[in-house]
Amino acid sequence: MNRRDALKASGGTVVMALAASAGLIKPEFADAQEWNKNAFDGKSLNEVVKAMGGATATESKDVSFVNAPDIAENGAVVPIGATSKIPKTESISILVEKNPSALSATFSIPDGTEPTVSTRVKMGQTSNIYALVKADGKYFYAVKEVKVTLGGCGG
Amino acid sequence: MADPMRIRAQLMGDKVDVRVLMAHEMETGQRKDAAGKVVPAWFIQSVNATCNGKTVLSAQWGPSISKNPTLAFRFSGAKVGDKVVVTWVDNRGEKRADEVAITAAS
Repeated sequence: MNRRDALKASGGTVVMALAASAGLIKPEFADAQEWNKNAFDGKSLNEVVKAMGGATATESKDVSFVNAPDIAENGAVVPIGATSKIPKTESISILVEKNPSALSATFSIPDGTEPTVSTRVKMGQTSNIYALVKADGKYFYAVKEVKVTLGGCGG
Repeated sequence: MADPMRIRAQLMGDKVDVRVLMAHEMETGQRKDAAGKVVPAWFIQSVNATCNGKTVLSAQWGPSISKNPTLAFRFSGAKVGDKVVVTWVDNRGEKRADEVAITAAS
Protein backbone atom coordinates (compact mmCIF):
# COMPACT_ATOMS: atom_id res chain seq x y z
CA MET A 1 0.00 0.00 0.00
CA ASN A 2 1.47 3.38 -0.93
CA ARG A 3 1.01 6.58 1.01
CA ARG A 4 -1.90 7.77 -1.09
CA ASP A 5 -3.90 4.59 -0.53
CA ALA A 6 -3.16 4.65 3.18
CA LEU A 7 -4.47 8.21 3.43
CA LYS A 8 -7.58 7.28 1.52
CA ALA A 9 -8.22 4.30 3.76
CA SER A 10 -7.79 6.25 6.98
CA GLY A 11 -9.85 9.11 5.58
CA GLY A 12 -12.64 6.63 4.98
CA THR A 13 -12.72 5.47 8.58
CA VAL A 14 -12.70 9.04 9.87
CA VAL A 15 -15.64 9.88 7.65
CA MET A 16 -17.49 6.82 8.94
CA ALA A 17 -16.82 7.80 12.54
CA LEU A 18 -17.94 11.37 11.92
CA ALA A 19 -21.07 10.17 10.16
CA ALA A 20 -21.89 7.89 13.08
CA SER A 21 -21.35 10.61 15.67
CA ALA A 22 -23.37 13.10 13.66
CA GLY A 23 -26.24 10.64 13.65
CA LEU A 24 -26.22 10.08 9.91
CA ILE A 25 -25.97 6.36 10.42
CA LYS A 26 -28.95 4.93 12.24
CA PRO A 27 -28.04 4.54 15.92
CA GLU A 28 -29.55 1.04 16.09
CA PHE A 29 -27.03 -0.05 13.53
CA ALA A 30 -24.07 1.66 15.13
CA ASP A 31 -24.99 0.36 18.58
CA ALA A 32 -25.16 -3.21 17.42
CA GLN A 33 -21.79 -3.00 15.71
CA GLU A 34 -19.54 -0.76 17.73
CA TRP A 35 -18.65 -0.99 21.37
CA ASN A 36 -18.24 2.61 22.52
CA LYS A 37 -14.82 2.32 24.15
CA ASN A 38 -14.57 6.03 24.91
CA ALA A 39 -17.82 5.99 26.85
CA PHE A 40 -16.68 2.95 28.83
CA ASP A 41 -13.38 4.69 29.64
CA GLY A 42 -15.18 7.72 31.08
CA LYS A 43 -14.59 8.37 34.77
CA SER A 44 -17.56 10.62 35.47
CA LEU A 45 -21.09 11.33 34.32
CA ASN A 46 -19.94 14.31 32.25
CA GLU A 47 -17.15 12.38 30.54
CA VAL A 48 -19.55 9.60 29.62
CA VAL A 49 -22.15 12.03 28.27
CA LYS A 50 -19.46 13.71 26.15
CA ALA A 51 -18.19 10.36 24.85
CA MET A 52 -21.75 9.53 23.80
CA GLY A 53 -21.89 12.71 21.80
CA GLY A 54 -23.93 14.87 24.19
CA ALA A 55 -23.07 18.15 25.87
CA THR A 56 -24.46 17.99 29.40
CA ALA A 57 -27.07 16.02 31.28
CA THR A 58 -29.81 17.55 33.41
CA GLU A 59 -31.35 15.95 36.46
CA SER A 60 -34.93 14.87 35.87
CA LYS A 61 -37.71 13.54 38.09
CA ASP A 62 -38.99 11.49 35.16
CA VAL A 63 -35.99 9.19 35.46
CA SER A 64 -36.05 6.83 38.39
CA PHE A 65 -34.59 3.65 39.79
CA VAL A 66 -36.50 0.47 40.31
CA ASN A 67 -35.46 -2.09 42.90
CA ALA A 68 -32.08 -0.44 43.55
CA PRO A 69 -31.10 -0.98 47.20
CA ASP A 70 -30.02 1.73 49.67
CA ILE A 71 -27.49 -0.63 51.17
CA ALA A 72 -25.89 -3.46 49.23
CA GLU A 73 -24.38 -6.18 51.39
CA ASN A 74 -22.40 -7.63 48.53
CA GLY A 75 -20.89 -5.19 46.04
CA ALA A 76 -20.34 -7.97 43.51
CA VAL A 77 -24.06 -8.30 42.86
CA VAL A 78 -26.11 -5.13 43.15
CA PRO A 79 -29.49 -5.22 41.42
CA ILE A 80 -30.14 -1.97 39.55
CA GLY A 81 -33.13 -1.13 37.43
CA ALA A 82 -33.87 2.16 35.74
CA THR A 83 -36.98 3.54 34.13
CA SER A 84 -37.80 6.66 32.16
CA LYS A 85 -41.09 8.48 31.69
CA ILE A 86 -39.61 10.88 29.16
CA PRO A 87 -41.15 10.55 25.70
CA LYS A 88 -38.86 9.37 22.90
CA THR A 89 -36.44 7.67 25.26
CA GLU A 90 -33.72 6.25 23.05
CA SER A 91 -31.35 4.73 25.53
CA ILE A 92 -30.83 4.11 29.23
CA SER A 93 -27.36 3.83 30.75
CA ILE A 94 -26.30 2.82 34.23
CA LEU A 95 -23.23 4.41 35.80
CA VAL A 96 -21.42 3.78 39.06
CA GLU A 97 -19.42 6.90 39.89
CA LYS A 98 -16.59 5.38 41.92
CA ASN A 99 -15.94 2.30 39.83
CA PRO A 100 -12.69 2.28 37.80
CA SER A 101 -14.86 2.96 34.75
CA ALA A 102 -18.07 4.76 35.54
CA LEU A 103 -20.27 3.33 32.80
CA SER A 104 -21.67 -0.14 33.43
CA ALA A 105 -24.18 -0.59 30.67
CA THR A 106 -26.04 1.18 27.91
CA PHE A 107 -29.36 -0.16 26.67
CA SER A 108 -30.85 1.04 23.41
CA ILE A 109 -34.62 1.14 23.53
CA PRO A 110 -36.32 0.71 20.15
CA ASP A 111 -39.98 1.63 19.54
CA GLY A 112 -42.32 -0.83 21.21
CA THR A 113 -39.99 -1.59 24.10
CA GLU A 114 -40.74 -0.17 27.53
CA PRO A 115 -38.06 2.27 28.72
CA THR A 116 -37.39 0.13 31.77
CA VAL A 117 -34.44 -2.21 32.15
CA SER A 118 -32.90 -4.01 35.05
CA THR A 119 -29.69 -5.90 35.56
CA ARG A 120 -27.03 -6.45 38.22
CA VAL A 121 -23.78 -4.53 38.56
CA LYS A 122 -20.57 -4.68 40.57
CA MET A 123 -19.66 -1.84 42.89
CA GLY A 124 -16.16 -1.38 44.29
CA GLN A 125 -17.30 0.82 47.15
CA THR A 126 -20.11 3.04 48.39
CA SER A 127 -20.92 5.35 45.52
CA ASN A 128 -23.48 7.38 43.68
CA ILE A 129 -25.17 5.54 40.88
CA TYR A 130 -26.66 7.33 37.90
CA ALA A 131 -29.39 6.37 35.49
CA LEU A 132 -28.67 8.31 32.34
CA VAL A 133 -31.42 8.62 29.76
CA LYS A 134 -31.08 9.86 26.22
CA ALA A 135 -34.39 11.14 24.91
CA ASP A 136 -34.91 13.09 21.70
CA GLY A 137 -31.19 13.84 21.54
CA LYS A 138 -30.97 15.26 25.08
CA TYR A 139 -29.57 13.68 28.22
CA PHE A 140 -31.30 13.37 31.59
CA TYR A 141 -30.25 11.59 34.75
CA ALA A 142 -31.28 10.46 38.19
CA VAL A 143 -28.83 9.87 41.01
CA LYS A 144 -28.93 7.70 44.10
CA GLU A 145 -26.36 6.69 46.70
CA VAL A 146 -25.87 3.00 47.31
CA LYS A 147 -23.85 1.99 50.35
CA VAL A 148 -21.69 -1.07 49.94
CA THR A 149 -20.59 -3.06 52.95
CA LEU A 150 -18.39 -5.51 50.98
CA GLY A 151 -16.62 -4.44 47.79
CA GLY A 152 -17.05 -6.26 44.51
CA CYS A 153 -13.98 -5.14 42.58
CA GLY A 154 -10.44 -6.29 43.24
CA GLY A 155 -9.92 -9.00 45.73
CA MET B 1 -19.03 -22.73 23.52
CA ALA B 2 -20.35 -21.07 26.54
CA ASP B 3 -23.19 -22.49 28.59
CA PRO B 4 -26.72 -21.77 27.39
CA MET B 5 -28.69 -18.79 28.64
CA ARG B 6 -31.86 -19.24 30.57
CA ILE B 7 -34.55 -17.10 29.02
CA ARG B 8 -38.15 -16.64 30.00
CA ALA B 9 -40.58 -14.66 27.88
CA GLN B 10 -44.12 -14.34 29.20
CA LEU B 11 -47.02 -12.45 27.71
CA MET B 12 -48.57 -10.24 30.39
CA GLY B 13 -51.48 -8.23 29.05
CA ASP B 14 -50.18 -6.75 25.81
CA LYS B 15 -46.53 -6.73 26.89
CA VAL B 16 -43.95 -9.46 26.84
CA ASP B 17 -41.88 -9.74 29.99
CA VAL B 18 -38.41 -11.07 29.17
CA ARG B 19 -35.94 -12.28 31.75
CA VAL B 20 -32.53 -13.56 30.80
CA LEU B 21 -29.85 -15.23 32.89
CA MET B 22 -26.53 -15.63 31.11
CA ALA B 23 -23.64 -17.82 32.18
CA HIS B 24 -20.48 -15.75 31.97
CA GLU B 25 -17.44 -15.12 34.13
CA MET B 26 -17.48 -11.29 33.62
CA GLU B 27 -13.86 -10.83 34.69
CA THR B 28 -13.11 -7.13 35.29
CA GLY B 29 -9.41 -7.02 34.48
CA GLN B 30 -8.79 -5.47 37.92
CA ARG B 31 -8.45 -8.66 39.92
CA LYS B 32 -5.15 -10.43 40.62
CA ASP B 33 -4.69 -14.17 40.90
CA ALA B 34 -2.78 -16.00 43.64
CA ALA B 35 0.54 -15.35 41.86
CA GLY B 36 -0.14 -11.60 41.76
CA LYS B 37 -0.78 -11.48 38.03
CA VAL B 38 -3.67 -9.46 36.74
CA VAL B 39 -6.47 -11.67 35.44
CA PRO B 40 -7.29 -10.30 31.98
CA ALA B 41 -10.68 -8.75 31.43
CA TRP B 42 -13.27 -11.09 29.94
CA PHE B 43 -16.79 -9.80 29.73
CA ILE B 44 -19.86 -9.60 27.53
CA GLN B 45 -19.68 -6.48 25.39
CA SER B 46 -22.90 -6.50 23.48
CA VAL B 47 -26.28 -8.07 23.90
CA ASN B 48 -29.03 -8.11 21.33
CA ALA B 49 -32.60 -9.36 21.64
CA THR B 50 -34.89 -9.81 18.67
CA CYS B 51 -38.45 -10.98 18.22
CA ASN B 52 -39.70 -11.99 14.76
CA GLY B 53 -36.54 -10.50 13.30
CA LYS B 54 -37.12 -7.07 14.89
CA THR B 55 -34.68 -5.79 17.50
CA VAL B 56 -36.44 -5.31 20.82
CA LEU B 57 -33.39 -4.43 22.91
CA SER B 58 -29.71 -3.94 22.30
CA ALA B 59 -27.14 -3.21 24.93
CA GLN B 60 -23.47 -2.46 25.40
CA TRP B 61 -21.97 -3.70 28.61
CA GLY B 62 -18.78 -2.94 30.48
CA PRO B 63 -16.86 -5.22 32.83
CA SER B 64 -18.74 -3.92 35.85
CA ILE B 65 -21.81 -6.01 35.12
CA SER B 66 -22.03 -8.83 37.66
CA LYS B 67 -20.89 -12.38 37.02
CA ASN B 68 -23.64 -14.49 35.43
CA PRO B 69 -25.54 -11.39 34.32
CA THR B 70 -29.28 -10.99 34.45
CA LEU B 71 -31.37 -8.78 32.25
CA ALA B 72 -35.04 -7.93 32.40
CA PHE B 73 -37.13 -5.81 30.05
CA ARG B 74 -40.57 -5.61 28.44
CA PHE B 75 -41.75 -5.00 24.93
CA SER B 76 -45.05 -5.02 23.08
CA GLY B 77 -46.18 -6.20 19.68
CA ALA B 78 -45.76 -9.96 19.98
CA LYS B 79 -48.02 -12.92 20.69
CA VAL B 80 -47.79 -16.31 22.38
CA GLY B 81 -45.63 -18.69 20.35
CA ASP B 82 -43.44 -15.98 18.81
CA LYS B 83 -39.72 -16.59 19.20
CA VAL B 84 -37.44 -14.31 21.20
CA VAL B 85 -33.77 -14.67 20.30
CA VAL B 86 -31.06 -13.31 22.58
CA THR B 87 -27.43 -13.15 21.48
CA TRP B 88 -24.32 -11.90 23.20
CA VAL B 89 -20.73 -11.32 22.12
CA ASP B 90 -17.86 -11.01 24.58
CA ASN B 91 -14.54 -9.18 24.26
CA ARG B 92 -12.82 -12.40 23.11
CA GLY B 93 -15.26 -12.65 20.22
CA GLU B 94 -17.13 -15.61 21.68
CA LYS B 95 -20.82 -15.67 20.88
CA ARG B 96 -23.89 -17.35 22.16
CA ALA B 97 -27.44 -17.27 20.82
CA ASP B 98 -30.48 -18.84 22.41
CA GLU B 99 -34.14 -18.65 21.62
CA VAL B 100 -37.35 -19.23 23.49
CA ALA B 101 -41.03 -19.17 22.54
CA ILE B 102 -43.28 -16.65 24.27
CA THR B 103 -45.62 -18.31 26.74
CA ALA B 104 -48.84 -17.09 28.31
CA ALA B 105 -48.60 -15.86 31.89
CA SER B 106 -49.69 -18.56 34.28
